[in-house]
Amino acid sequence: MSTIDLNKPILDYNDRLAAENHALLREKGVFVLDLMASPGAGKTSLILATIDALRDRYNIAVIEGDIASDVDAAKVKDYGIPAVQINTGGSCHLESNMIRRALDILDLDALDLIIIENVGNLVCPTEFFLGENAKVMILSVPEGDDKPLKYPNIFQISRAVILNKLDTLPVFDFNRAAFDDAVRRLNPQAPIFPLSATTGEGVQTWITWLSEQIERCDG
Amino acid sequence: MHEMSIMQSVFDAAFKALNQSGETRITEIKLTIGEMTEIQDVSLRFAFEALKPNTPARNATLSITMLQPRSCCHDCDAEYTHDRFTMLCPHCGSMNVELLQGRELQIDALEADNEPFVDVDPDVDPFAQFLYQGGADAEPEPERVGD
Repeated sequence: MSTIDLNKPILDYNDRLAAENHALLREKGVFVLDLMASPGAGKTSLILATIDALRDRYNIAVIEGDIASDVDAAKVKDYGIPAVQINTGGSCHLESNMIRRALDILDLDALDLIIIENVGNLVCPTEFFLGENAKVMILSVPEGDDKPLKYPNIFQISRAVILNKLDTLPVFDFNRAAFDDAVRRLNPQAPIFPLSATTGEGVQTWITWLSEQIERCDG
Repeated sequence: MHEMSIMQSVFDAAFKALNQSGETRITEIKLTIGEMTEIQDVSLRFAFEALKPNTPARNATLSITMLQPRSCCHDCDAEYTHDRFTMLCPHCGSMNVELLQGRELQIDALEADNEPFVDVDPDVDPFAQFLYQGGADAEPEPERVGD
């Protein structure tokens, strides 16, 4: 009988590959955003709005993570933006080896910004470092103001929290003060960006913040 | 369901370490999990039971130590434990705080030996057995380490 000490992170392999991704992207001068949200919260709509606002300043590509289909990648390609679709085949989150294969397909020398659209899920993507510069999450108004209480981890690890579908506030019983308070308790430093990706309301504030993150990374 | 891929990573690391050790049978796997992760004890145990048959861990038990979140305040220098929902400094109310502990996902150690494997009835469905035994409810409460 013997004790074998390991004392290492369970996701050591994922983390090491993610660190390699991060080093490669840093060398190429590419900022990577990992966007997380529930299915239907507006990830693709926000990505398209972000592309609209930033395509003249930055060369952008998108990595789409879904269990199946290439619906989202097709939407992005229709915008004239390079997109790689990852089908996880049932897995509820992206892992760093999947991102590595997507990076092999993209022309990193020609890019400034990669947006990763993670699999729609408020739980699983939070534990997996992909090599990104920042994880950002979206909650949409119809999902309800109680989500920080139900899924605390994703609010805690996000660099910023986007509240999407602001234009639907009049028809949903969504308590903004309660939501903001719950987010601040979980993640005091994260800015909250209320916006509507489809009407454009509030989008500019998000774009300004994101641009600052990209410029800071370049510096 | 990400507990399944997390447990697969545990097994990958455990089998690699076992091969290097010269031992043949794992009898216990010890993990430390921070409460600020979204990892469920019951799901982790379920994944463990599902993955262990026909492996060197088929006679192994799983021990989980849960760690309570701990943060420090950069304004009043207080260090404090807290729940999963409130990181704010309980002493001065500051938001200028930093999480020190609570996001661990760590494999601590294995117990292993060279004893023969105790045969498990191949007709017994490990899922059914796990559920029949009351699932994780039948397991001892995970040890919790706080202050």
